[in-house]
Amino acid sequence: MIVAEKKPIEEIIEGIKDYQKILIAGCNECVTVCEAGGKKEVGILASALRMYFMNQGKTVEIDEITLERQCDHEYLEEIRDSIDKYDAVVSLACGVGVQFMAEKYPRVPIYPGVNTRFMGVTEERGVWTERCQACGECILAKTASICPISRCAKRLLNGPCGGSTNGKCEINKDLDCAWQLIIDRLKALGKLEDYEKLIPIKDWSKDRAGGPRKVVREDVRQ
Amino acid sequence: MRLQYPETIRIIKVPCTGKVDIIHILRSFEKGADGVYVAGCLEGDCRFEIGNLRARKRVEEAKKILEVVGIGGERVQMYNLSSSDGPRFAEIADEMTEKIQSLGPNPIKLALKKIAA
Repeated sequence: MIVAEKKPIEEIIEGIKDYQKILIAGCNECVTVCEAGGKKEVGILASALRMYFMNQGKTVEIDEITLERQCDHEYLEEIRDSIDKYDAVVSLACGVGVQFMAEKYPRVPIYPGVNTRFMGVTEERGVWTERCQACGECILAKTASICPISRCAKRLLNGPCGGSTNGKCEINKDLDCAWQLIIDRLKALGKLEDYEKLIPIKDWSKDRAGGPRKVVREDVRQ
Repeated sequence: MRLQYPETIRIIKVPCTGKVDIIHILRSFEKGADGVYVAGCLEGDCRFEIGNLRARKRVEEAKKILEVVGIGGERVQMYNLSSSDGPRFAEIADEMTEKIQSLGPNPIKLALKKIAA
């Protein structure tokens, strides 16, 4: 999932302080799971903002909605009839949702309510870690299903480097060395001989180096 | 026991303080409460193991939010006491009432009154 973190309320207030009617829009997908922008967080932010403005002696109307997704036309369409009555929207979706809403509703300013961090997993409630960088050409088949692009600080294709000590990375003693994990797993799978195979230079044009990316599937396209 | 405690306190019963969420605390202030305290079981005594520990974290988070929005984080407080400890319950009620009285009314309550008038 896409992992995001709540933005400080002060930062959100700074963006919207001059508006009179504001919609707080949550997203029912990834940001709900990582507890940054779901219905619950929408309620908390809306309540906090209402109190802030009331305390400032301002009359600001703050409404709440949580859409199924903010990265699909059909769900964003649900607010088409009501969006014009708002001066601004604070979207608690990831950066994708914020932008798609802005593209769809060009006359309304859309403010981000979260910082989008990475694609990752829930290790335990309240702890999320990165697993994928969407490099565009998955090499997990060659690395025992452990990604050195997202989990090695240097993105080494043939590691580890000299900074790996006792299975930990030199940038942080709590961070596992991805290549140590790869070697350990290859060993456990009885495939340690695969470690001897060098991984060739990667085609980074499929990563961000090639500019914004696009996927077109003619077989499903309408 | 027939213990006395301030009549200004409104008790909202929950099955466990683990049920209390940040939004419940915030809504209380939005509706004009001057203070909120959560009375959970003693730490380590939760029937659901961590309900009261969760409540404490949520109270701490609510404190931070109330501080940012200008209501004041000190208006919300977590207490832990045994459910059979009546005298302590009354003591906490007095303590919290005294604290809130010294802080004065919730500014939201004043703003709500102003809007109504």
